[in-house]
Amino acid sequence: MRRGPLLLTFLSGAAIAALFFIPHYRAQAANSMLLEWTLVVYAFALILGSISLWNSHARKVRNRAEGWGFSVVTLVSLLAITALGVWKGVGEGTPVDWIYNTVNSPLASTMFALLAFVIASAAFRAFRARSVEATLLLVTAIVMMIGRVSIGELISHRLPGITEWLLDVPNLAAKRAIAIGVGLGAVSTALKIILGIERSYLGRS
Amino acid sequence: MTWVRQLLAIDRRIIFLLVGAGAALPLLFPLNLPVAVTPRVRAAYDAIDALPPGSKVLLSMDYEPDIMAELFPMSVAVLRHCFRKHVQVIAMTLYPAGTGLGERAISTAAKAEGAVLNRDYAWLGYKSGFQVVMIGIGENLRGMYPVDFYGTPLDSIPVTRHVNSYAQLQMVINLSGSSAADYWIQFAQGRYHAPLVIGCTAVMATDYYPYLSSKQLLGLIGGMKGAAEYERLIDTFGDARRGMDAQSLVHLIVVGLVIVGNAALFISKRSGGDGGGPASGSMTR
Repeated sequence: MRRGPLLLTFLSGAAIAALFFIPHYRAQAANSMLLEWTLVVYAFALILGSISLWNSHARKVRNRAEGWGFSVVTLVSLLAITALGVWKGVGEGTPVDWIYNTVNSPLASTMFALLAFVIASAAFRAFRARSVEATLLLVTAIVMMIGRVSIGELISHRLPGITEWLLDVPNLAAKRAIAIGVGLGAVSTALKIILGIERSYLGRS
Repeated sequence: MTWVRQLLAIDRRIIFLLVGAGAALPLLFPLNLPVAVTPRVRAAYDAIDALPPGSKVLLSMDYEPDIMAELFPMSVAVLRHCFRKHVQVIAMTLYPAGTGLGERAISTAAKAEGAVLNRDYAWLGYKSGFQVVMIGIGENLRGMYPVDFYGTPLDSIPVTRHVNSYAQLQMVINLSGSSAADYWIQFAQGRYHAPLVIGCTAVMATDYYPYLSSKQLLGLIGGMKGAAEYERLIDTFGDARRGMDAQSLVHLIVVGLVIVGNAALFISKRSGGDGGGPASGSMTR
């Protein structure tokens, strides 16, 4: 029963990988066609995602589950924005543009801005020099936090240079090692999926 | 000691107040702290500055409002620089909620520099699918974007009339707060060899240092600091330079809190206490 999906995965994966390296115009035309298919898949994924969102929140409202009021807000927003977008368009000066600028944009910024408060409180309570490693991390973090902002230059003209060295030497060495490791890991995982060794994406039998 | 215990168990609302004051006061009363330009931002500036007038660049502003504090001033600064140099900009976004921000960044910069839609820049708007769009532009721009954001065919727009792939673009600039930057490096630069400049959030910046030293990137603008440096290079005083004052003070407050917390822990241990116990429970209490 699993031969079909495995064969499809093998053929798709091998073909797309091969097409990336073949410059012949027919190969590139095939590649372009496959890319257009991907766009269609994306469009279906968007529809699927919207239906899933609707079902999930509608179920919560029906069952009066905890926080069902928020689900009502989600459903009403989904319907209203979609209807307004279809009816009035999404360009500058439209109701969707106004809602985006006065509701979505400030709300999203506020959520992210709250991080500053949470991180400050967490740093005070958890960032403790309890071991040599933690002390090293603590000292480096303090140097980076001060040296990377304007006030660091006022405190000491050497601080920005120290932070640049930390970024360019130890940090870059670690980043390169991680990037190479991640790259090799991605190739290995892709090969395992294409060759049918890794089958967890098919779900349980 | 009682006061040490009290200090270690300080109410989080006091910390919130300190951070709030640290962020708000410099915005109300600017300190005009100095901003030193780093080599990475200087490289990005030099790469754009070296483009001859009439060059065309693709600018993808791949971010949403959550990180606009860092990337919006960066977008405005880069756009203003391009417009000043008479470099034509073809702008787009790969995020649905980035459409409004991208449009706002362009109109802000265009207003400041007197740039005109379709003559100096084109706005393509949003298209879904990271890799697909990037490869699609490499093969046939019109296949991805038959019309611009306002429904005008690309052949009717002077900026885009003779552009159909990366080959007709002198540079790609990506301002991103996500993995979109990785894909631009893989496809626009790696596959189509487009000269590439990246702007990203501060927390992401170090991920791209290896690409800078391998010359896959011409320059890198990291976070609000990078945006502030860029503003200094183009001699403007925008949101990034104002924001750096607030960021400096908040960093100083956080460092002060960490030092005070550790000093209190040390004193508590010396006096035979348990140091206020482990940092258990909610770190945000």
